[in-house]
Amino acid sequence: MKKFFSLFKKNKATGERNTFLLLGVIITGFILLMVIVGLFYTPYNPTKMDASAKLQGISFKHIMGTDNMGRDVFSRVMYGSRITVAIATFTILIGAGIGTIIGALTGYFGGIGDEITMRIIDAMLAFPSLLLSLVFVSLFGTGTYQVAIALGISFIPSFARIVRGEFLRCKNMDYVEVARLQGASNIRIIFVHILPNTVGVLLSSVMIGFNNAVLAEAGLSFLGIGAQPPHASLGKMLSDAQGYLFNRPSYVMSIGLVIVLMVLGFSFLGEGIKRIKN
Amino acid sequence: MEQEKVIQIRDLKVYYKQYRKNIFGKKRRHQVLKGVSIDVFEGEILGLAGESGCGKSTLAKAIVGMNKDIEGEINLKYSDTQMVFQDPYSSLNPSKKIGWLLEEPLRVDKERKWTPKERKEKVLEIMKAIGLPKEMLERYPSQLSGGQRQRVSIGVALMRSPKVIIADEPVSALDVTIQAQILQLLQQLNRDLGITILFISHDLRVIYQICNHVAIMKHGEIKEYGIPYEVYRNPQNDYTKELLTAAGIK
Repeated sequence: MKKFFSLFKKNKATGERNTFLLLGVIITGFILLMVIVGLFYTPYNPTKMDASAKLQGISFKHIMGTDNMGRDVFSRVMYGSRITVAIATFTILIGAGIGTIIGALTGYFGGIGDEITMRIIDAMLAFPSLLLSLVFVSLFGTGTYQVAIALGISFIPSFARIVRGEFLRCKNMDYVEVARLQGASNIRIIFVHILPNTVGVLLSSVMIGFNNAVLAEAGLSFLGIGAQPPHASLGKMLSDAQGYLFNRPSYVMSIGLVIVLMVLGFSFLGEGIKRIKN
Repeated sequence: MEQEKVIQIRDLKVYYKQYRKNIFGKKRRHQVLKGVSIDVFEGEILGLAGESGCGKSTLAKAIVGMNKDIEGEINLKYSDTQMVFQDPYSSLNPSKKIGWLLEEPLRVDKERKWTPKERKEKVLEIMKAIGLPKEMLERYPSQLSGGQRQRVSIGVALMRSPKVIIADEPVSALDVTIQAQILQLLQQLNRDLGITILFISHDLRVIYQICNHVAIMKHGEIKEYGIPYEVYRNPQNDYTKELLTAAGIK
């Protein structure tokens, strides 16, 4: 814990403070707090409609105003960011998990298997990931889980690439030879000896990937493919709100702001972690 | 005095793959060692000298079985031969602590199971042998100096109590004072534990200092073999002469 706090202090050698990490932790902490509190408590019932309070502006009563059906936007944001975060996390778990395994195996063993897998991955990378996930959604159908799986699959190639590159760099190092001489099995060399050395790169690309997942989910929901009503994700709410951009800008903007904050927080966190590693 | 041979190599040829120039080109292989025969006797330090790229490391890698494409005979008396690499910056896994690195050879030992307590004891024993304080067990390789790292590499090689160690230019990446310390450590291991060392170096002075026998290599062949004192005093081969002149010995 003490070590954790010392990360935010000024570096004695360089006199620099890791501002990215500090901001990242604060913003991400705020978002996560909102999500966690939203599990137990929201100021209003996020699905309760109130025809008498339609499209209200920002006030103490409704700090982000109300939507076209009189629902409190802040409550809906608390509720909706949970689904967004859940989808993004699930996407990263699938993408980074499977991507890492594929990248590790192909990078370490090389040969014809590597060649074939990499060409498939090149082909997948040739499509924009949003388009790719659209294809998968059309295969799986719409819904929260389907979107998460579709996004996860479309995220595999980039992670596989990154991890493979790291493995190619590490596998000819002397310490791998040492481990092999000691009689460590290939699986042990891959996961115990080499994988920990890729964590730095992997972690910052997970952070970037998380952002992309949040944005991709918002994009898919915006197209009406993501979470289905009465579930609300941030992207879904944004697409509902777009019709009221001119007569009630605060409605759209407050939702947009939360998405921006979420993405910004994770980018800062990723950048901050990268700097610790250096 | 007739000593037993721990490594016996007869007419060893090693090939490396050459990349094809185009995809329809023939696969070619490049001969790196052209029939090397050498014996390493029990309890000695054999120095292997020669210019860069003459196949010293290739020979070492062939002995421990890292080169697969070989012809000829390699007879090893002890199956467990460990190797110390040249660059102490890349031979230790940067993401692991020293204690973990030292324990690893025991963890993957197929001969016997080591309990955690036995492993700890063995680690402490080796730390004493390589002359590092036990506080260093909790450090990462990046927090150690080059000489300390090389000590750890030697320690890792020693963990399973091998009878033979191949040291591939173990002091080339170190500065002179640290070199002397590491050489002393190797000599001490040779004397106290009776470990046979195949010592690879391009530095003839270092070999003269610590080796019982010396072999001079060039272009994948052994040009001269003998006791350093005699070889240095009275070189038979032109290349040896050249090498000695270049080193400023003769």
